Amino acid sequence: MTATPVSSPAVAPAARPLRPLVHRARPRSLRVREAVIDVFLRLCALSAVAGLLLIVVFVMREALPVLLDPETRREASLGRFFATPMWQPVGDIPKYGIAPLLVGTLKVVLVAMAFAVPVSVLAAVYASEFAPARVREGLKPVIELLAGIPSVVLGFFALIVLATWVQSLTGAVSRLNALNAGFALGLGIVPTIFSVAEDALRSVPRSYREASLALGASRWATAWNVILPAAGAGVSAGILLGLARAVGETMIVLMASGNAAMISGTPLDSVRTLSASIAAELAEVVVGSPHYSTLFFLGGILFLTTFVINVGAGLFVDRLRRRLAGA
Amino acid sequence: MRSRQWSSGPLRAPVIGLLLLGLASGCGSGGRAAALTVKGSDTMVILGQRWAEAYMSEHAGALIQVTGGGSGTGFAALINGTTDICQASRPIKDEERKQIEERFGAPPHETVVARDGLAIYLHTGNPIAELSLAQLRDIYGGKITRWNGVGGPNAPIVLYGRENSSGTYEYFKEHVLEKGDFAVSVQTLPGTAAVVNAVARDPNGIGYGGAAYLKGVKECAVKADDASPATLPTAENVRSRAYPISRELYFYSRKAPEGPMKAFVDFALSDTGQKLVTEVGYFPVR
Repeated sequence: MTATPVSSPAVAPAARPLRPLVHRARPRSLRVREAVIDVFLRLCALSAVAGLLLIVVFVMREALPVLLDPETRREASLGRFFATPMWQPVGDIPKYGIAPLLVGTLKVVLVAMAFAVPVSVLAAVYASEFAPARVREGLKPVIELLAGIPSVVLGFFALIVLATWVQSLTGAVSRLNALNAGFALGLGIVPTIFSVAEDALRSVPRSYREASLALGASRWATAWNVILPAAGAGVSAGILLGLARAVGETMIVLMASGNAAMISGTPLDSVRTLSASIAAELAEVVVGSPHYSTLFFLGGILFLTTFVINVGAGLFVDRLRRRLAGA
Repeated sequence: MRSRQWSSGPLRAPVIGLLLLGLASGCGSGGRAAALTVKGSDTMVILGQRWAEAYMSEHAGALIQVTGGGSGTGFAALINGTTDICQASRPIKDEERKQIEERFGAPPHETVVARDGLAIYLHTGNPIAELSLAQLRDIYGGKITRWNGVGGPNAPIVLYGRENSSGTYEYFKEHVLEKGDFAVSVQTLPGTAAVVNAVARDPNGIGYGGAAYLKGVKECAVKADDASPATLPTAENVRSRAYPISRELYFYSRKAPEGPMKAFVDFALSDTGQKLVTEVGYFPVR
């Protein structure tokens, strides 16, 4: 896209004079049409923002009793969330300990990132720096196709196939565990990280590569020491976007993790995540009960976490853009 | 449980007005028999709906609305007069009975319409054949963690169960754990079929759920205590109460059913109705 300002007559080629862009010359109907389209587009943009705001308000409103309502707080309050290491919200004495859910989420996400980050970043380096054009043209759509696999299918795969492999490799007592769910989750976020990282690597100007190669660096040294650091902010943004997805992803962990709310140090134990708890319990909970408010509070935690991560990713993208713009 | 407050505001009056208008026009048009409302246990909601569908297809013009919410919700609705029949997976509590007596001058009418039994699933290769309720309590409570604790091989026990949103979970917690806590290591799976599937793949697994889903797993006989015989959850044993993890499923009404209500209750107890009970996965009472 050329950024030549149309108002500057000096740049306009003399041979083909520009069509005059004078608005009042347009017929009235065209102007009305433009106005309608303008309003319509504005509404579309606004509705996305309004939807987001409504969701935030809704989640916060339903979660608020945990902080404010004395009747709810007798069963579920911030203090009670950490008073017990047990999540058993149904029963005569409900126990709302959310520590096992936080630990469980952390465990699964760590496994997923430990698997997905190296794989997807190195795949992106290969695709952008090493692969012949033909291979790259094939590789990119295939990896991005992985993003099109519904998470329920990935979860089912992990439940039936992957869990058996993981158990026979590790000898884990529990077939469904954090490692299994983490692997499946990792598969789910590889395309996100790959796609953003590959775009970032490819946007590094050709001159960087040429300069490095001209100085005698090998292709690998160029990729690792020059291109990857130059695109570092963009790659980081991809990793953060993958992280945000991993934290919020529900179906895979619901199916593949076993959902036992236990705190332990090993990834070979079953875990229960925040998102899976919400999905499993919200459907049957009494509206307005402490259990209901607590689940929305968990939703609030998830929302806040992914929001912060996404904002962080946005900052990284800005930094990359400024850097490559020749700052 | 709290009822949600109406938000007051400019919308409130017109909304109520519209509701009243709708109500008035609904009554005015007439013609159709008044709906019979059935509310209560989530365990029974599917069963109730199957009965209602079958009954309505046999009786043109009959209208039966079945909703869930839990046995407690059903009893509250019965006391408030907002439902005709309360479906319950537990007997009525003394306090609820008293409230109905005070309001309506007579005790509620109880009909046992079906029975429910929970099977204990084991892997087909597991040598254990029977467990007592106390052993089950220790296993699911996390006190016994290896199979040799109940006379089996020296291997860890892997616990499978249902989500805490399921009625089966609550029932198991109440009757087997005697309201105690589940061990934290119980893996909760969505649906009885998932539990069966998991146990079928896990030589050290144990699970619980409806007796109707038994593909690829072995049923474990259960005894109430060491003195009583261990039994399997067969229709016969559940009906005769020889199987210890079983319960009645009830219909409650404010007075003895009559008219359309009696016809519906009788239908639930008829051969057709009881066949639906088996189809849904519970046990007939007759």
